[in-house]
Amino acid sequence: MDLSQSLQMVSRSDAGMVRSHNEDAVFFNAGLGMAILADGMGGYNAGEVASGMATALLGSEIEKAFQKMEPYRPDAAGKLHSHAVLESEISRANTAIYQAAQSQPQYAGMGTTLVVALFYDNMMTVAHIGDSRLYRLRGGEFQAITRDHSLLQEQIDSGMITAEEARHSQNKNLVTRALGVDPTVEPEIRDYDTMPGDIYLLCSDGLNDMVEDEEIALTLQALSANLELAATQLIQTANDSGGRDNVSVVLVRIAREYPAARSWWARLLQWFK
Amino acid sequence: MSAKLILSMDGLVLKEIPLTKERTTIGRKPHNDIQIDNLAISGEHSVIVTILNDSFLEDLNSTNGTYVNGQPIKKHFLQNNDVVELGKYKLKYINETPTQTTAADFEKTMVLRPDLMKKTAEQTAAKSAAMSDTQIGMKALDTHAGMAPQPAAAAPAPATPPPAQPTGAIQILVGANAGKELELTKNLTTLGKPGVQVAVITRRPHGYFITHVEGANFPVVNGTTLDAHPRELKDHDVIELAGVKMEFFLKG
Repeated sequence: MDLSQSLQMVSRSDAGMVRSHNEDAVFFNAGLGMAILADGMGGYNAGEVASGMATALLGSEIEKAFQKMEPYRPDAAGKLHSHAVLESEISRANTAIYQAAQSQPQYAGMGTTLVVALFYDNMMTVAHIGDSRLYRLRGGEFQAITRDHSLLQEQIDSGMITAEEARHSQNKNLVTRALGVDPTVEPEIRDYDTMPGDIYLLCSDGLNDMVEDEEIALTLQALSANLELAATQLIQTANDSGGRDNVSVVLVRIAREYPAARSWWARLLQWFK
Repeated sequence: MSAKLILSMDGLVLKEIPLTKERTTIGRKPHNDIQIDNLAISGEHSVIVTILNDSFLEDLNSTNGTYVNGQPIKKHFLQNNDVVELGKYKLKYINETPTQTTAADFEKTMVLRPDLMKKTAEQTAAKSAAMSDTQIGMKALDTHAGMAPQPAAAAPAPATPPPAQPTGAIQILVGANAGKELELTKNLTTLGKPGVQVAVITRRPHGYFITHVEGANFPVVNGTTLDAHPRELKDHDVIELAGVKMEFFLKG
């Protein structure tokens, strides 16, 4: 079923003010309810290769898998198809990047962070690896939905440092998980309900390192009527604050409900909408 | 291709030394990787730490000092063709890999392998005490190779301070609210009626800009209707929006 009437998606990606090239990659398909963002790392252009492989492979493979079976249907073991697909396709993308890194010296050590959001049946399944984030703006409340897989987050969790100290920490850039750096990877996969009016933000650390959460929230609230402008404004704010890293965003607005069409009459109703 | 040093004295090339080790020590005593048997050279004179494609030179409190391109250094990030001088000896640093890592790269995201986690956490604690701002993480280097978290020591640069810029404000010119003033102290200020016509004024380092947000009608500035692009606001520009006329001005 086509979700483009229910979901509005836009994206922007920019090299920033310092870097010569952009190692971030974004992909979205509003009809399928899919948004992907990856922040590559590795020497020369290897970071771009890793993030580009991740978004391209996942974008096409998840689409294929959902054509065979809808994401909301459980498999024999009771696991949602969306989860099964995310696990298997992320694992395959990991293997593909890892093998490219192993076989080609110029790609040695490359890897990428990943955040994937799948929208179906009035819900969202999020998979993430590393420090690219997903935020939600609901009503006036803006919060991070994902928790970074980073040294800093682990230090906060263990009580070694406070969130305030973390802002000034010197090791913001150390991730503890990444796609393509080891033979296997464990994505964190979670489900959330969605509500009409919600705005979701997928972003690379180039945004949240440069722009305070309050400022991001204010921008999304003020410009919620114009998602394109909101995305442009977020990139601009990051660049105006120094733009030291690549910065990428995908914005998703839930325009209206999108229940799965489980029966013939529900499908008919969808058809008339 | 790995970097190398060319050792010479009085213009005479003595030897070529590839920088293959993580630590290459230079000094008079025989245990150094590069031994220079000359009394002007300290026993342990200096060390070169090489990570991936980058090399850092550190003077080990030598008596006569370490010079790079004629300048005395304590720590130095070696660039292709740098000439390191120790007494009468010269070491030319050659690294022809096209793009050397620049300072900005130290903020790049790096992967921290779980097996290195524990060590790193300890080092981070030690490091934050030992290191002041932008020193490269020399002290943390000796314990592990490869995808290690050295670049962490690059201090996060402070956000660019906003240059002194006069505060902008708008004043309503006509109607019941005529004379009312609104200071534009936030980075974003929206104006208009949601659902009807909204514009946003953004404060940027180099000035104020107005952009159309929503509604069929676009804002009018000095009699000209805007398109979808931002327009910079100048002192005393007149804005018409959702039937309200207002003036933008800069406060002294």
